[in-house]
Amino acid sequence: MTKTLYDKLVDAHKVCDLPDGDMLVYVDFHIMNEYTSPQAFSGLDQKGLDVWRPEAHLSVVDHVNATRQRDPHDDASKLLIDNLENNCRKHNIAFYGLGDPRQGIEHVVVPEQGLVAPGMLIACGDSHTTTYGAFGALGFGIGTSEVEHVLATQTLRYKRLKTMLVNVEGALAPGVTAKDIIMKVVQVIGAGGANGYAVEFAGSAIRDQDMSGRMTICNMAVELGARAALIAADEKTLAAIKGRAHSESFDFGGTEWRSDESAVHDQTFDIAAEDIAPLVSWGTSPDQSVPIDGRVPTAGDTATPKAKAALERALAYMGLSAGQSVQDIAIDSAFIGSCTNSRIEDLRAAAAVLKGNKVVSGVTAIVVPGSTYTRLQAENEGIDKIFIDAGFDWRPESGCSMCLAMNDDIAMDGERIASSTNRNFEGRQGRGARTHLMSPAMVAAAAVKGHLADIREFQFEGAE
Amino acid sequence: MPDQVTGLMAAFPQPNVDTDVIMPKRFLITITREGLADGTLADLRFDEDNNKRPEFVLNRSPWTEASILVVGDNFGCGSSREHAVWGLMQLGIKGVIGSGFAGIFYDNARKNGLALPIVSPEVRDELMQVARDPDAGQCIIDITNRRISVGSQRHPFEMDEATRAALLEGRDDTLDTLKLAQSIRAYESNLTQKMRVNVIQ
Repeated sequence: MTKTLYDKLVDAHKVCDLPDGDMLVYVDFHIMNEYTSPQAFSGLDQKGLDVWRPEAHLSVVDHVNATRQRDPHDDASKLLIDNLENNCRKHNIAFYGLGDPRQGIEHVVVPEQGLVAPGMLIACGDSHTTTYGAFGALGFGIGTSEVEHVLATQTLRYKRLKTMLVNVEGALAPGVTAKDIIMKVVQVIGAGGANGYAVEFAGSAIRDQDMSGRMTICNMAVELGARAALIAADEKTLAAIKGRAHSESFDFGGTEWRSDESAVHDQTFDIAAEDIAPLVSWGTSPDQSVPIDGRVPTAGDTATPKAKAALERALAYMGLSAGQSVQDIAIDSAFIGSCTNSRIEDLRAAAAVLKGNKVVSGVTAIVVPGSTYTRLQAENEGIDKIFIDAGFDWRPESGCSMCLAMNDDIAMDGERIASSTNRNFEGRQGRGARTHLMSPAMVAAAAVKGHLADIREFQFEGAE
Repeated sequence: MPDQVTGLMAAFPQPNVDTDVIMPKRFLITITREGLADGTLADLRFDEDNNKRPEFVLNRSPWTEASILVVGDNFGCGSSREHAVWGLMQLGIKGVIGSGFAGIFYDNARKNGLALPIVSPEVRDELMQVARDPDAGQCIIDITNRRISVGSQRHPFEMDEATRAALLEGRDDTLDTLKLAQSIRAYESNLTQKMRVNVIQ
């Protein structure tokens, strides 16, 4: 019988079936942060339970910490950070805290440290845990009650998902990146279009991506509602996990972590790589995006009264007019960071645009490298200097920062941001803040121009 | 746990209501589960000066008493924060009727006993209409029989057996799973040394 990659991963981790139709799956590796774990630890305490296998967990501070300086910016964030450290010390769990050279955004840190490999099952109290699918690992986000469950049992109750195959075949046009691929997929399938599914990405345009691009794609698959995202392991995957701190200690298999040739998926979408343009989001849901040379939709573009109402609400929140050219949208600030796009490859791409250019007067531009390791690597390559010379605020500490604004990087009411992040929800980057999602290179171009700008028409020294 | 949820329905039709909207981040800086009622849907319920927005459904009579929401597509999308479920329940919401929910939110709801019956988009739209009627009366979500009743309307809903059992029994999954410790150890005994993650080295 042929099997999908997803079913192989689930079968390999099944501990047992449960009488009510769920199963128990084994969690090889579990990651925690400071904001979705406190109540899980207190749950253990209340029930008098121990951690089943402390060495299979890692805690990283990333969501609430300041990135302007190392010390917590307020008492509340300090409380969360100290609480995580105390819980880890108490239960003998690895902890990458402030000032630790391994600290950073959890989903940037884990691959960097060689803590992901094809065939693993990884859970984390963060929705973007789908990122690990880029390595042929089954990664998914869980809630705090489930964090408690993993801590106490090293397992999760699990219900098998349906599978969706998304084929992206062909060659990408110049200026089109992994971010544009996934934003296109979200646009076509819709936010929530993959609720109840594990999505496997395949096709030449996916295989051609480097691991950083594959991570961007799997990371944002959760914006379709996908509970898991997967890409078959190949030689690139194996090369990427070599030579890292933990590389030699794991082996869950290699390139056999792929769907069988004739495996059947419940749904299939085909997208031609040639049809993908650099995209920007205009609305308040990640599926509300248009090509950078396009226009904000009008009521005439909507099919139902409900869609029209959603459009009108999004336009009102975003302060945009129906039908206006997106390149006329002026920005107040630019943000490069987040688990979607803050890896060294993203910083290099943005730096190529910024080299010899300046952020236009009146625009505030911030870059938060995805991890301390990434920041040091970038500084070693002189990338920090390019950002600083261009007028970007190069942050000395790493974390999620303005992607979700849980630290002191909070956008003002009405502030319009070109952002390399993953969510343009109402209030995501601050109450009343207006987010436009795009690739890091496009954020850099927007920062220089002062408005959303087409990377394909942008002249820059670093262009190939 | 009761085998049914009874209350007034409120119409909350906007699609893609994400957990950032359900529980804005400024209420997340906490290490407990309590004290989240005020933060729930805060930016929709209150204006910048913390005055109630009169146009928001939960601020309007009779829906100030609502304990069931009828929601648009993809409710609960976005962040995994379980605070969204804790907050809704602390606000007095006991059931959310929709045509589909984001996966992590759905699982979080089940863990906490928040009922999420799933109906077809057509039935959801019908119920949305009913919910807009201030005289609609009490809605009953009958979990045992998977049926929603309001006025003269009766609609079956979907709910997987594990979720239904969890709601009816109000169980503690962690303690229940620990009864299967032997199975977990048996699974672990088949792992090679290189399949046993060890972050502490």
